[in-house]
Formats: sequence, structure tokens, C-alpha cells
Amino acid sequence: MIRVVLPYHLRTLASVEEEVQLSVQPPVTLRAVLDSLEATYPALRGTIRDHGTMQRRPFVRFFADKTDLSHESPDTLLPDVVINGAEPLLIIGAMAGG
Amino acid sequence: MSKVRVLVGTKKGAFILTADGKREQWNVSGPHFAGWEMYHLKGSPVEPERIYASQTSGWFGQQIQRSNDGGKTWEPVGNAFQYDGTPGTHQWYDGTQHPWEFKRIWHLEPSLTDPDTVYAGAEDAALFKTTDAGKTWLELPGLRGAKGHLWQPGAGGMGLHTIILDPVDPRRIFVAISAAGVFRSDDGGTTWRATNRGLKSAYEIPDPNAEVGHCVHRIAMHPSRPKVLYMQKHWDVMRSDDAGEMWYEVSGNLPTDFGFPIDVHAHEPETIYVVPIKSDSEHFPPDGKLRVYRSRTGGNEWEALTKGLPQQHCYVNVLRDAMAVDSLDSCGVYFGTTGGQVYASSDSGDTWEAIVRDLPAVLSVEVQTLP
Repeated sequence: MIRVVLPYHLRTLASVEEEVQLSVQPPVTLRAVLDSLEATYPALRGTIRDHGTMQRRPFVRFFADKTDLSHESPDTLLPDVVINGAEPLLIIGAMAGG
Repeated sequence: MSKVRVLVGTKKGAFILTADGKREQWNVSGPHFAGWEMYHLKGSPVEPERIYASQTSGWFGQQIQRSNDGGKTWEPVGNAFQYDGTPGTHQWYDGTQHPWEFKRIWHLEPSLTDPDTVYAGAEDAALFKTTDAGKTWLELPGLRGAKGHLWQPGAGGMGLHTIILDPVDPRRIFVAISAAGVFRSDDGGTTWRATNRGLKSAYEIPDPNAEVGHCVHRIAMHPSRPKVLYMQKHWDVMRSDDAGEMWYEVSGNLPTDFGFPIDVHAHEPETIYVVPIKSDSEHFPPDGKLRVYRSRTGGNEWEALTKGLPQQHCYVNVLRDAMAVDSLDSCGVYFGTTGGQVYASSDSGDTWEAIVRDLPAVLSVEVQTLP
């Protein structure tokens, strides 16, 4: 199972705890995980990626295994520690606003 | 006994206030959607327990929430607002053309006859419609065909903030857009034309005959006289007696004719309310005195309403969607401030009291009169 940690406002929106677990068929890419996340929790559609372009929203960031994945291609394989469930994929609301 | 339910949208959540018909004791529920910007909440006129809410965030975008039990519980519904076809461009600050980009929903207007049909006003300005209770939204693109390439955002964003559905002619819709003007459709939203003749915006638009580009802050209508419209423009309070074909000024003796909201008494179509704000440079009441002004003559002759409102050191603003009236026999008037107070009058504005205070900045106020 792929573990995903959601920011506070998306947890309340989807009515879930901090971490959710998803079954994702290989290849386990960021796109595949987000597709699965949105299919499981439709309320999250449009909150992480833009509805039309499917681009990451500007103030949302992706981290895993101490690495910022925000600018990686969505088709890049996620780190092994995420694929084997040792570490979660972190979806984070960027610190912004001054 | 009748009841009233006040729906308050704020910068950091929604609040629902309820009282019986006396409007003396208020129960406050909330914050709902804590931490989110709640631009607007409005109930269906034909099914009042059905309420729609616009929930937005700079981080996570737009949500629409729907309640079927008067705001006790909510569920997120559709949030995909896609401009029809190729979005095209509008005027930008430097005179170049800029692509249309969806930012948020400013205003929700449920149908007068069908609880599943709702109109939504967007920034960047466009009108969307759902007929399945919010699951899916489609743009009514004819509106942007009304010289949309000449619309230009003002400092507050290019938002479609007012939607008025004609209670007599179901094909007629009015909308108002910040820094673009008023537009009217006579065919249910398919085609539109600008209805801004008579508006003068000398300091903003050099062309005295400009069809679009007028910074309309709010328009209001009494349902018994759908051809009479009142407007709070950036500067000037205006009136039209012919469904927007021509506007004329009714600012009269107001201390300043800058402001944001305007509304009409529930039972007196010639009684209207505004909240004068000092200027577009100083967004607070003149002299630190919060005064609602009431005209019982459809404009021009105004009286200050001050009983119960702070008359010193008050520097709040009242935003365009933050005033509403109930329809009880003694008409209630309500408004919210950027300082987090919601003031109510149960006697048509003669006296006021804060029915809640110290909320986040209030973005919108709506009232439901319930049996």
C-alpha cells in the first residue's frame, strides 16, 4: 500500500485522518498516486492539481524520502521507500502569505 | 412563529445565526469550514433547507458545499469550473490581452423555482450554471461575448459579484461585474448585452460613452418592481427605471457616494439602504462613524441611521455582498463588517445591535425568513 499524508485542510475536506493508504498498480508514479487518491476521495479533485491542466497547484508541494519532488515529472517513479510503504508521500500546503 | 437564519461568510469560515421572529436572542453556529475563505452562502428560495456555499483557498482552490438540512451538515459537490471552449483573453492592466483564468466563485444565486439549479459568478468574470444541485457546472459563454475582450480587472479582481433573477420574466437575468459593468440577458442567459448607459466614470474611463469598464459595486431589485434597479457604483448611487436601459444618479445628500452594498426594504420598494465609505483611498466610514443611510424616496433624499452603531473610532468596511434584508412584517436589515461584527435591525434600520462580533472579516451576509 502507498501511504499519503495530507495537509490539514484536505483531511477535513475528504473527512479522513492525516494519513491515507492507497492501492496503486505499478508503475508507481506521482501521477498514478494522485489519480488513485482523487478516485478514492473525489472531493480532492481540483485541490492538488488544476482540473483542466492537471498541473500542480502553485502552493502545493510534494515531498518523500527527504526530497522535494514538486518539480519532478509526474511520470517519474516515486522513491523505493514510498513504493514499499516504508515512508509516506507528503502533500504539503506551502508556507506562504507572509 | 417565523424564524430567521443569517448565513455569514468570512475570511476564515462560515457562521450561521438563528433567531425567532422577535430577533432578540441569537444562536451562533460555526465556524463551518474553519480556515477557508467562505465567499458566499445562499439558500434556495423554494427549498430553504438547501443551502449552497462557495469555499475557496489560495492553496487548494475552489469547493462548492451543499447542505440539505439548513446548514447542519454539508457535502462537497462539483468544483470543476471550466470556461467554455478556448477561454480567450481580456484586457490587462498594461493594455495587452491576458488569458482568462479561473480563480474563485464570488456569488451563488439559487433559482427562484428549482432547488437544483444555481447560478455562480466567477473571478475571472464569467457566469456558470448547474442544474444537478452542484454536481456539474457549465459556463454561459454568451456573457463574455458582450465585449469581454475589453473588460479589465480592478484592484479587487475581475469578479462577477451580483446575479439577479427576474421574478416576473424567467428569461431575464442581470449580472454585475467589478470594473466591467451591468449586463442583461433576455433569453435565459444565452445572449447578453451591456446595460450601462448613464453611468459616468470620468476618472476611470475617458470615453463618456463607454459601454463597458464601469466599476459597478452592487445592484439590487425589489421583486415587485423588476424593472427598477438600484446601484452602488464605485462612486455614485444610481437608479434605473427601465431594466437598466438608462441609469441616473440618486446620490443626493449622502456624505459620500462611494460604497459597496445596496439593498431594498422587503415591503417598501422605494426604501433603500447604503453604507457610505469615505473614498476609494480610505475604505472606512467618514469621521469614524458607522452610518447606514436610508432613502424612503428611491434615492436623492437620505437619512443617517446611527442608533446602536459605533459613532466614534470605527474604521471597518462593509463589503458588497455583506448586506441583506429579511421579509418579516417589520423588515429586518443586516450587514457584516470587515471588523467581524454582524449588525441587525428588526425595525427597518431605526435601531441596530451587533448580533455577533469579533468574527473574521465578513465577506457576505444572506438572510432566510423561515416559517
